[in-house]
Amino acid sequence: MGSVNRYSALALLRGAFTGQKHWDRAWRDPAPKPHYDVIVIGGGGHGLSTAYYLAKVHGIRKVAVLEKGWIGGGNTGRNTTIVRSNYRQPALHRFFDFALGLWEGMSDELNFNVMFSPRGALILGHSDSDMTNLAQRGDALRCAGIDAELMTSDKIRRLVPLLDMSPSARFPIHGGLIQRRGGTARHDAVAWGYARAADALGIDVIQNCEVTGLTTAGGRVTGVATTRGAIGAGRVGICVAGNSGPVAALAGIKLPIEAQTLQAFVTEPVKPMIDTVIMSQSLHCYISQSDKGGIVLGGDPDQFPSYAQRGLPARLEKAAAEAIALVPALSRLRMVRCWSGTTDMSFDGAPIISALPVDGLYLNGGWCYGGFKATPGSGFAYAQLLATGQPHPLAVPFGLDRFAAGATVDEAGVGPMPQLR
Amino acid sequence: MLLIDCPHCGPRAQSEFTYDRTLDAIVTLAMLPAEAMTTIYTRANPRGWSDELWHHRFGCRGWLVVHRHTVTHAIKSVRAW
Repeated sequence: MGSVNRYSALALLRGAFTGQKHWDRAWRDPAPKPHYDVIVIGGGGHGLSTAYYLAKVHGIRKVAVLEKGWIGGGNTGRNTTIVRSNYRQPALHRFFDFALGLWEGMSDELNFNVMFSPRGALILGHSDSDMTNLAQRGDALRCAGIDAELMTSDKIRRLVPLLDMSPSARFPIHGGLIQRRGGTARHDAVAWGYARAADALGIDVIQNCEVTGLTTAGGRVTGVATTRGAIGAGRVGICVAGNSGPVAALAGIKLPIEAQTLQAFVTEPVKPMIDTVIMSQSLHCYISQSDKGGIVLGGDPDQFPSYAQRGLPARLEKAAAEAIALVPALSRLRMVRCWSGTTDMSFDGAPIISALPVDGLYLNGGWCYGGFKATPGSGFAYAQLLATGQPHPLAVPFGLDRFAAGATVDEAGVGPMPQLR
Repeated sequence: MLLIDCPHCGPRAQSEFTYDRTLDAIVTLAMLPAEAMTTIYTRANPRGWSDELWHHRFGCRGWLVVHRHTVTHAIKSVRAW
């Protein structure tokens, strides 16, 4: 990026003499060119980071990111902003921990403050079997060199004093597992930061450009049809988690993915009261406090196919009831907003980063309800696949061929039933 | 919340029902392994009208085919499977 646009204390100071009028727009608004080496469909965090790493790591700069709405207006802006890597299965924790490493350097890398806040991600255990599961998971993580610390209830009481620790609590707290490097980040800033950094490397970020068709010749993809005209491409990467089904259908491909709805909501802002991310081994309840002060809460998915981007009130009620049972002080807060994203539920709960049966066409999707935390790692791995045609070593377990091979990566162990995750 | 008109019980709240799968994802005994694999593991996943298999789990426990829109959630028909 030009020196005019580089964010720094010095630039801010210089601007103090000129009324801060020297700041240029953060990224261009280019018209589509007739042809690109690589087209990435989808301008969410994953698509933008893919484009950034294509230019930065692989030197491929004739790249366009096509977004049907505005960047970060989909699932990137509809999650609970939690970042962590504490999965039990090696394929998952290796991949997500690689992503977590990129989170730690992201603000510097992008010259954009993504407000990554490693405040600790705590999973509560409510029974003996919960604690056995958490201990098992913690051991698996520590064997892989990933931080995990089993917590007694005394330690948890000191860490989060507002939790209901009484033995008669609806969900008694026996202990927990914390990943101290986990935390939250500002979700919109992640999209903006990657868009700005990709744009500075010459990548065209094209908004209001919906892909309506894929063109092929001799079994090879040659470009896309869009609402802003036809665009040719050497390779096309689908990166539209939430809409993977309809976009893959443009190439006549059926995927092991089903779209569902997941909601989250936020309360009015209050003074700091919870300074970790609270999750639970038995409940689907996610509690954290945003930098603005609102308590961000998430719950269960709706468990039936939907693209509506609005969910069942019953799910909000359940999440609120669970949150209040865990942290009774939340009962006095008013909910100010709720929102829903369309989750790309894969059939084993793990993502898909893979070539598709059409030459030159690739897929990054199936992130279920856990894609935000993967954003930088997903883009890094997908860029390698798009640039070289070979999967990144950490993404090898996430090929589309794993289902037929019986090599699914099923953290929850429920099989091909997305509505049971 | 959906209002599902069960052909046996009449209109009931969605909380009585569970979604199972789309109608194109039912494996039959006549299928060869490759075909069964594709049927289990892939979905049309349509953004629009879809035929779905729902279970009236907390009602008559009948299996129902619900013709439903995945964006508007409108239900056009419910019939016994």
